[in-house]
Amino acid sequence: MKTLILKTASNYLLPVLLVFSVFILLRGHYLPGGGFVGGLIAAIAFVLHAFANGLDKSKDLLKIHPGFLMPVGLGLAFMSGIAPVVGLDDPFMTGLWFPDPFPVIGNVGSALFFDIGVYLVVVGVTLTIIFTISESA
Amino acid sequence: MTQQLILYPLLLQLLLSILLMFFWYRINAQRVISILGSILHLGLTIFVFSFIWNNGTQTLQAGSWEAPFGITFIADSLAITLVLLTAIAGLAVSIFSSSAMIPDRLRFGYFPIFHFLLLGLNGAFLTGDIFNLYVWFEIIIISSFVLITLGGEKAQLEGAVKYFTLNFLASMIFLTAIAVLYGLTGSLNMADLAIKVSEIENRALVQITAVLFLIGFGIKAAVFPLYFWLPASYHTPPSAVSAIFGGLLTKVGVYALIRVFSLIFVGDAFLDEILLVIAILTLFSGGVGALVQNNIKKVFSYLIICHIGYMILGLGMFTEVAIAGAIFYLIHDIIVKTNLFMVSGLIYRIKGSSSMRALGGFYSNYPKLSLLIFIPLFSLVGIPPLSGFWPKISLITASFDTQSYWGLAGIIFASFITLVVIAKLWAEVFWKNPGEIPKRKKFDYFHKMGKYRKLGFVVPIVFLSFVSLYIGFGAENIQILSSRVAQELMDKQLYIDAVFNNAQNPK
Repeated sequence: MKTLILKTASNYLLPVLLVFSVFILLRGHYLPGGGFVGGLIAAIAFVLHAFANGLDKSKDLLKIHPGFLMPVGLGLAFMSGIAPVVGLDDPFMTGLWFPDPFPVIGNVGSALFFDIGVYLVVVGVTLTIIFTISESA
Repeated sequence: MTQQLILYPLLLQLLLSILLMFFWYRINAQRVISILGSILHLGLTIFVFSFIWNNGTQTLQAGSWEAPFGITFIADSLAITLVLLTAIAGLAVSIFSSSAMIPDRLRFGYFPIFHFLLLGLNGAFLTGDIFNLYVWFEIIIISSFVLITLGGEKAQLEGAVKYFTLNFLASMIFLTAIAVLYGLTGSLNMADLAIKVSEIENRALVQITAVLFLIGFGIKAAVFPLYFWLPASYHTPPSAVSAIFGGLLTKVGVYALIRVFSLIFVGDAFLDEILLVIAILTLFSGGVGALVQNNIKKVFSYLIICHIGYMILGLGMFTEVAIAGAIFYLIHDIIVKTNLFMVSGLIYRIKGSSSMRALGGFYSNYPKLSLLIFIPLFSLVGIPPLSGFWPKISLITASFDTQSYWGLAGIIFASFITLVVIAKLWAEVFWKNPGEIPKRKKFDYFHKMGKYRKLGFVVPIVFLSFVSLYIGFGAENIQILSSRVAQELMDKQLYIDAVFNNAQNPK
């Protein structure tokens, strides 16, 4: 699909969608949103880019193989789970929170890192699947 | 730190699979990590086991959310025994698959998925929350689906479709049952459910829910009449995968049945009657199925079904002796079945065929290996003093106590059929003069392999055979263990107290 309109639009949509996905990620926890939805939106951004500019360009843009994001994300989520075990001898997955909210981001705790892990895994899985399918098609 | 102890086996498996994913394309590194990690896991599990043996049931409220609202992890002696058996079988299969799996399959992430499967198994045994149990079942089924299709041969895909469809159906029924149960009681914590379900007035509704659970778990455990997926699929994947499936996957279903029917739906004559009938029919039909098979792996698949009957029978009779027999059989069966599927893989690598008619003369070519294989084969039959013999004493005693003579007939018939099947297999594969098996050109024959690869085949079989021998000759210790498990299962108040007393003072 080499249309000029889609190509131009996707160049602007990619950063906008990525920022939006991070917004959705941070909005999570108490409001609708979170790592899973955020990850899907981020994946959509790259898929749209691949539609407009071709698969190879999107791969160059990503630099790393999306499959690599899976263990990284899982590792991050795992760390956030065992942080209370290692640090405070609390049960697995107990939420640890900074006492004061940060500007813009809001309250930061181990749950956020878990969500970031989910975000990375979802981006990795979705992009791996879609890239593999469109390569073989 | 002891509070957390019961989660360590689980966390270690998760860590291993994440670590292995980083080495996605480096197969040799994966082999080393998997084997070393499994050894570490076994050591850790033995430590946790001895801790629980000395200090009693341990619980953990994940995320510090108190029971019944949060997810409880509970390790009583049944759960931790099964975790220990998983670790033993996992180590053996890990070594075996590093040799037996061809690199083409390893390249697609065999080891990470394998450890995810072990993670799911550990989680399913340790959780004390019925919805969480469902989640672990999903992890198991997704990993096993990847493992069964890995390599993508035609026969494999055909088996995988049957396997996946029926297991998926089982998950759906299980989920429906959970939903109904939640509608009845408003709780998902198993200890809480044990209290609330016994207070429900409408017993018919409880019975129907229980039957839903029975169908869901029954498909997974492959009991009569829901077992057809098992012989249709278990012989298709490589034998390393079959080994972990045959040894452990159906046993998770059995574990779930034991847990649910000893804790939540307890003391219902109607349900016990159903369990007994199912068990007896499983013993008969699995045994008869095994008689007519020619492929070694299919013989073992039918024997899995047949022997699931013993455990369900023990559960159906529901006396302390019967449960102890069922648990003992479970312990013996996990080790032996894992071993036998690895043996079938070894025979296939040596001769290039799994057909009993074509095979033969194994004893004259490989006398030492044959003697080794003799141990798991005849442990399965239960020639005293090998391991399969002892649990049957408990089961037969229990069936006299409860006067279920059909059960007794089932036990004796299944033992006899197993003996016939294994004797036939021994005569065909080991003693008979070999027929003509055409040499295959591109086949990875055992005698062409290097020394270390050969060791990778033989060492896990030796390891599990020694475990089997220990279960046979050290039967007294295993009997003590299974009696203790049975005592804990018969007294559900122990389980409930362990979950709730701990919730009041979490540290």
